[in-house]
Parts: sequence; structure tokens; C-alpha cells
Amino acid sequence: MMLTEFTIAAARDALRGKQISAAELTMAHIEAIAELNPRLNAFITVTDEQAALQAARADQAIAAGQARPLTGIPLAIKDLFCTQGVRTTAGSRILENFVPPYESTVSARLLHDGAVFLGKANLDEFAMGSSNMTSAFGPVESPWKRSGGSNAVLVPGGSSGGSAAAVSARLAMGATGTDTGGSIRQPAAFCGLAGIKPTYGRCSRWGVVAFASSLDQPGPFARTVQDCAILLGSMAGFDPKDSTSIDLAVPDFEAACRRGVRGLKIGVPREYRADGMPAEIERLWQQGLDWLRDAGADIVDVSLPHTKYGLATYYIVAPAEASSNLARYDGVRFGLRADGQDLTELYEATRAEGFGEEVKRRILIGTYVLSAGYYDAYYLRAQKVRALILKDFTDAFTTVDALLTPTAPSAAFAQGEKMNDPVAMYLNDVFTVPASMAGVPAMSVPAGLDSQGLPLGLQVIGRPYDEETVFAVSQVIEDSAGFSAKPALRAGGGA
Amino acid sequence: MSYTIEGSTGTWEIVCGLEVHAQVISRSKLFSGAATDFGAAPNTQVSFVDAAFPGMLPVPNRECVAQAVRTGLGLNAQINLVSRFDRKNYFYADLPSGYQISQFEHPIVGRGEIEIELADGSVRTIGITRLHLEQDAGKSMHDQDPSRSFIDLNRCGVALMEIVSEPDIRTPEEAGAYLRKLRTVLRYLGTCDGNMDEGSMRADVNVSVRHAGEEFRTRCEVKNVNSVRFVMQAIEAEAKRQVEVWESGGQVVQETRLFDPARGHTRSMRSKEDAHDYRYFPDPDLLPLVLEPEWVEDLRAKLPELPDAKRARFISAYGLPAYDAGVLVAEQIVADFFETVARGRDARLAANWITGDFFAALNRTGKGIEDSPVSAANLGALLDLMADNTINGRIAKDVFEAMVETGAAPGEIVEQRGLRQVTDTGAIDAAVEAVLAANPDKLAEFRGGKEKLFGFFVGQVMKAMGGKGNPALVNAALKARLG
Repeated sequence: MMLTEFTIAAARDALRGKQISAAELTMAHIEAIAELNPRLNAFITVTDEQAALQAARADQAIAAGQARPLTGIPLAIKDLFCTQGVRTTAGSRILENFVPPYESTVSARLLHDGAVFLGKANLDEFAMGSSNMTSAFGPVESPWKRSGGSNAVLVPGGSSGGSAAAVSARLAMGATGTDTGGSIRQPAAFCGLAGIKPTYGRCSRWGVVAFASSLDQPGPFARTVQDCAILLGSMAGFDPKDSTSIDLAVPDFEAACRRGVRGLKIGVPREYRADGMPAEIERLWQQGLDWLRDAGADIVDVSLPHTKYGLATYYIVAPAEASSNLARYDGVRFGLRADGQDLTELYEATRAEGFGEEVKRRILIGTYVLSAGYYDAYYLRAQKVRALILKDFTDAFTTVDALLTPTAPSAAFAQGEKMNDPVAMYLNDVFTVPASMAGVPAMSVPAGLDSQGLPLGLQVIGRPYDEETVFAVSQVIEDSAGFSAKPALRAGGGA
Repeated sequence: MSYTIEGSTGTWEIVCGLEVHAQVISRSKLFSGAATDFGAAPNTQVSFVDAAFPGMLPVPNRECVAQAVRTGLGLNAQINLVSRFDRKNYFYADLPSGYQISQFEHPIVGRGEIEIELADGSVRTIGITRLHLEQDAGKSMHDQDPSRSFIDLNRCGVALMEIVSEPDIRTPEEAGAYLRKLRTVLRYLGTCDGNMDEGSMRADVNVSVRHAGEEFRTRCEVKNVNSVRFVMQAIEAEAKRQVEVWESGGQVVQETRLFDPARGHTRSMRSKEDAHDYRYFPDPDLLPLVLEPEWVEDLRAKLPELPDAKRARFISAYGLPAYDAGVLVAEQIVADFFETVARGRDARLAANWITGDFFAALNRTGKGIEDSPVSAANLGALLDLMADNTINGRIAKDVFEAMVETGAAPGEIVEQRGLRQVTDTGAIDAAVEAVLAANPDKLAEFRGGKEKLFGFFVGQVMKAMGGKGNPALVNAALKARLG
């Protein structure tokens, strides 16, 4: 088998069994990046030399019998995670040359567990977007193609589009992402991957460039549910440097994947049956429910009555926090500086030049909703609705163990589509945003292909801190779906 | 004590409330581990959190929270077991994150009060509205370079307590008394050093004027006044200005003003129209601050004795006059000094010595009590030498001056200089005989009925003995001889 086709679980065994070396595994991925990244643009920065060194150390550790959970596993790191000594851009011109003198907690945990970092993955600027079109470093091309010889260049989803494209195209075995309103789950669905947004607070946000602090949550991408469980096991854990991180032991997520769903109650939220949902997505959803029923779960209708307000409240809360979080990019201490005659000009020139359109749009929205006279009508009301959305989930979870929904209202769209209407773009997040607002864990699992051969994902939503059930349900879907489609553009795949 | 302004339309009274920013005494900053020492080289006490680097997060410093709670307890205030941090958003070069973390809607401390005493002996209670925790900003330096400004972030993120009073203050004197009392309480608690000249305590002064019995009129805020004296002057100047505005048919507009101590007036800084919209909202990086009741009670139990309680105790336990007790408790170090001297001795005598000769000596030598040449133990020893008749009160003054000069112990000085009081009746009798023999005319006058000459003879005998005679024995000897 090609080295780039290994799952993380299989590579882990092969490395320990000395069937393969970390050096050759990493080299295979570096070569794949060299071959495909010029086209896909999945990485903003490739750290091949550092990766080779880390791989060599991994081989030494394995030889010494000191392998850790991820020793020798090559990963892509979303360029929102600060990496010590390695440029971290957040996909923005304003941080184009920013080299952090510190390592984010999540990436430090991965390194501690032996991972090899191939580079920094492209993303929507400051993680604001659902297409990876807003990156200052250019869009990412999805490795997937519509069937029938279409040449349309598809988006990988966003904001973690580079991470998803890299893992899907076999340029990395797994990747970190961050999910604020769907930024892991939607690209996972678009690229035929598994991706989980854990419970808010499960992974530390320390060292992750902030978009919307009350929503941002790191999580992994991989090609299997089990691989996601392995990665999350290393990424998660209490961090005293993040006041919102949870002081809970990290469960054995990998073991949880094998629990099955017998006796579990799976809820179907009726409000997710949106008008105009494509029939094939509706069918896939039903198919997912059937698989779970066949595996011994009970399927129960539930109501999440405030779902319809999710997107509207999200687009108040997230920009509000972003408008404040991004105030620090002022050209004074780090990052881009565009000079001016006085302080105000310095700010204006720096931020005008450094931020892209979508970021500016959200700063404006956020500033507006927090302004005197508008705060009560927008921000305060949104917080109240947010509490109701959380209550919807809390109520539902008194009767069910997990929820199943589609991840996104469509398969991947082409670059250029939906680009002129920000609201149409925001609608991509309609199924993912409620779980973000509630802070509950949610995972996207590849479940099938649409009529054009593009991946579709189903979303499993669980109780707070109960990622284990989410993994168990997701694993059953993955097993039942037998998803084996591969993207047109992938390492060793020609094209 | 009433204070009013006589205008052409009648008598005006002042309505004033103070917002005091008190820098919390703590080793590290409110949300970062950086140090807080005053006077360090620029930008040497700055963490990545303070400089608002990407991905950095605030973590509340437990000690700063404890200091705020101690202060609240010291002000007899309500401690809010749940409070919240909010962001106050504005752009400035010395505010790296573009927002100050403060407590807007839910402060850690609620209503409390402070008792102030005025010069005429009357006591007033000034209400405290709230106390909240917030970060200080950095410092912009515009005088280092002709074209550029420099930023020092050492102070950025240091914890401040903003202590807001009710508009209960009616006179400049009350404002001064309030500030001094607040400073005393903070120093007793060890929560703020109260050094206004170093900027660790600053006041914003809200002033309005009204005719007696009226509702409040529009107020102005005089920002960043940095001494007690200036606060009193600023209130007076601003109140006069407002009276003039009202009486000339104008309207006082709500605005922020600055006090110019050199010219003794306030001037407009910015009006309400161009006031910042701070866009306060709860800081999503921080959870609500939840205090355990047991923890608060533990802090309460460990509070030091505060000035009001100490003053009451000095009056009841030591029998001090209220005024002396007030003087002694104004500074904890003075109160401690007094107690060391007074313990087991004549407390009123100890108080007299401290507020009299001792303070005078400190004044004269320009020293503080902490580096005083006369220690509490030595002053106590001096009192002991008087009590056991080793020296008399007159010689004690001389010994004290020698102690100020040399820092030596009084016993040593008495021995070295031979100042021990003479109680040998033989020596006293001899001196009496010599004085009488030398003044036959005075003796005759005395015998002739001029009895007040007795004092003259006492003085002459003491003089003959170099001041060292025991006054009681000298008296007795003269009485016996002149019978």
C-alpha cells in the first residue's frame, strides 16, 4: 500500500512493528505536498526540513521503545495555531510575517505525543468563511471533482479548508482545525473526511488566534472516525492558561469508537428539515437513521424549536467578539504596519491594508451590534436566544443520547458560486451553528456521494463532554456507509 | 462644616462624588504573570498577554481578587460572590488589546461606607457605590523623540481597584477627609500603597452645584487628579465655574475636564458628544468570577484591625483623648510604634511624647518613622528611666535630644553623661545650705512673708545640682529647712 494511503491507526502499528519508518512516511507526504500543493494551495507554509528532523527523532524514539501515541505521524496544522519559530498568518495579510515566540497548547500537546508537523494549512482569513476563498494567501482548491469530467474548481469548505484539502488529498494523515460555527464539520463534509468539534473547553484555545472566543474550539480532521479519536486524545485536556478550558480527565476516545449504538436513543430534530433541502441529502439522512436503527439504536423525533434563530444569533455574537478580538492588530507591536501621519492614520492604513473584505465586514457588523443604543436589541437579545438554543439541546438530551442531522445543506460548490452574496454563504453553516452556540460536541462523518459524485456528511451531535457517544455513533455510520470514494486529486492518484 | 458659594441668585451647595483608582499591591498583574515593580526599565515587565499577542488569554490572578475582597470588607461593603469581567473597547497605542478588561455591570464589591471626621470634630458617613477590578493601561511617552512616540507597557495589565463613592460629599474638606481616610484604610489593609505622587492612587472628581433642596444638576468629571490638595482645589474651582455658568444664564454641559493646578482652574477635555462608545460586553475569554463564601469569610477573619476600631480601642484601653487617638491611628506604623512604647507604661505619657517631642524631632530631621533614629524600644526605655526616678522630666528632654542625635539607647546616654538623678539627701541638703547661704536677702524676704520665693529656691538648688536633683526630694528638703 502507498504510504500516503495509511490511516493513522494503521501507520501507528506499522511504525511500531518497524514495517515502515517515520522518515519514509514523512518523506512520502513531503513529496505529495511538493507535487500537489502548488495546485491545491492547501499549505501556506511547508516545514519540510523541520518535519524531516521530527521524523528522524520519531524513528529514534521508536527504536528506543519510547513511542508515544502519535510518534512519527505527519500532520497539517491549521495556520491559526501559533507555532514557535514558524510563521503563523491566520490567513491574513496583517500577520503575513508574524513568527510567534510560543507554541499553542494544542500543537504543543501533539508535538509532545510525537507528531510530525508538515506545515501550516491554509484557511479563510481569521477563520471567517465557509469556502476558503477569503484567505489572503489565495483560495484552496478541493481535491474533489464533479463526475463526468467537470473542470469546475470546487471549494474545500471553510474555514479550515486547507486542513481538509490536505488530509483528503493525502498530503497529511490528519490535521488540526478550529470550529467556530462549522469550520471543521463543513469542510470535513465537503472533502469526505471525519472531523469533530469537541465540547467547548475540551481543547485549549491558548495560542490559537482568536476569532470568536466563546465559540472557537480546536478539533481534528482525519480520514476515519478512529483517527479523529486518536488525534483528539492528544489534543484535548485541561489547560490552566485558558480560563474556559474544562478540568476533566480525557477519556479513551479510541475505545469509545467500538462501543456500538445498541440501546442508544438517537434524536431527529424536526426543525432541521429545512425547506428546499436537496432530496439526496434528505435521503442520506434517512439512510443514516436506518443504519443506526439496524445497529440497535432507537430513533426518536425531537424538537429544537430555536434552531431557526441559530444563524441570525451566530452572526451577531461571532462578529461582536471578533470586532473586539481583532482590535489588537493595529500595527503598533507586531504584524503589518502601514505608516501614517498620526496614530489614527496608522490604525486606518494598517487595518485597511491588512484586513480583507470579509474580515472588515464582520468587524463592522460586530462594532455595530455592540454600539450604544444597539447593544440591547442585538447583542443582548442574541445572548438570550443563545441561552434558549442551549436549553433546546439540554431538553432534547433528557430523552436522547445523540442527534443525527445533515452537516451541510449541499455538497461542495464551485469557486465563484455564492461569492457575491454573503448571506447565501452564511447559510452553509445553518446545520452546524446551533451546536456551536450550545457548545456541545458535534462530528461530521462521510456518509455517501451526491449525484455528481461529491461527498456528503452526516452530523452527530452529543451531550456536553460526551464525545465518547459521538464517536460511537459516528463509527457505526462510517462502518455502515463503507465510504471508499477518493478525490480525483490525491497523492499518487495521477490527475 | 457647611461650605456654600454665595451667588447672585442665592446660595449654592456642592454635590461631589469621587472615583478613586487604587493600584492593587500584588506581585503580578491582574491577568498575567508579569511583575509589577514600580520604576523598572521600560518594557521589562511585559508578558505576551500584556502585549496582546495573537492567541494569548487572560487568567485572573487570585491574589488581586483577594485584595479587592479585603478592600471591600474593609469598607464594610457587600461582597458579590458572582461578578463578571467586561471588555471596554477603545483604540489607543498604550492599550495593546484594544480593550481594557474591567467590571461594568457586575462589580466584585457592592455598597459600603466610610466614616470621615472633620476639623470641627463632627463625623459624616460617605457611601461607597461599588468597587471593581480592572486593568491599567501602559504609558505613552511623547517627549523622547521629535517625531515618534514611545510606549512603555510595564504598567499595562496591572490591577486597579476603582472605588466609586456616592454623591455624598458636600465640601472640599469632606473630599479631602474622604481621600485621606480611604488611603489610610487601604494602607492598613495592605491592598494599595496609596502613593498619589507615584500614581498608585488617582482620583476622578464628579462635581455639580445646586441650590439647597434642589434635584441634582448636570455634573462634570474632572479626570486624574493626583493629590489630596489638588482634589480639594479642583472641586472649589469647578464648583465656582459652574455657579458662574448657571448664573450667567448658561447651561453646564456634561463633559470631562482637566484640572490645571498652576492656574487653579479646570478646562474642557472632551464633551459628551465626542465621548467614546466603549462597546462594553462580557469578556468571552473569562468565566464569571465566583467566590466561595468560606474563602471570603477566611479573608474577613484575617483582616487586620482597621483605623476606626483601633481608635476606639486606644480611647477605651489606653484612656487617650479622641484627638490623640485619631492622630496615632492615621498611619498603621505610628499606631504600632505607639503600642510598643505604651505597652506596660503610662500610655497617655507615651502618646504625649510621640505626638509632641517625637513628631517634632522627625519633622526637624526630615525623617520618617520607619528610619527614625529613636526606636520605639528606646523611647519606652526613656519613659522607664523617668518612671523609676533614674532621671527627671527635665533631664529626659536632654536625653531625648541626644537620642535623636546619636541613635543611642537612653540608659547609655544617662550613664555616659552622668545624668542620673541625685536622690542622695545628704547631697541635696548640702546644696540647699549653699543656696540659702548665698542668698541671705532672698531668705529674709521669704521669712518676711514673700512665700512665692520658695520656687526661686527650688530653681536655684536644681541649678546648683546641674538639673539632676530629684524634684520631690529637693522640695521636701527645702520645706524642712524653711519650715
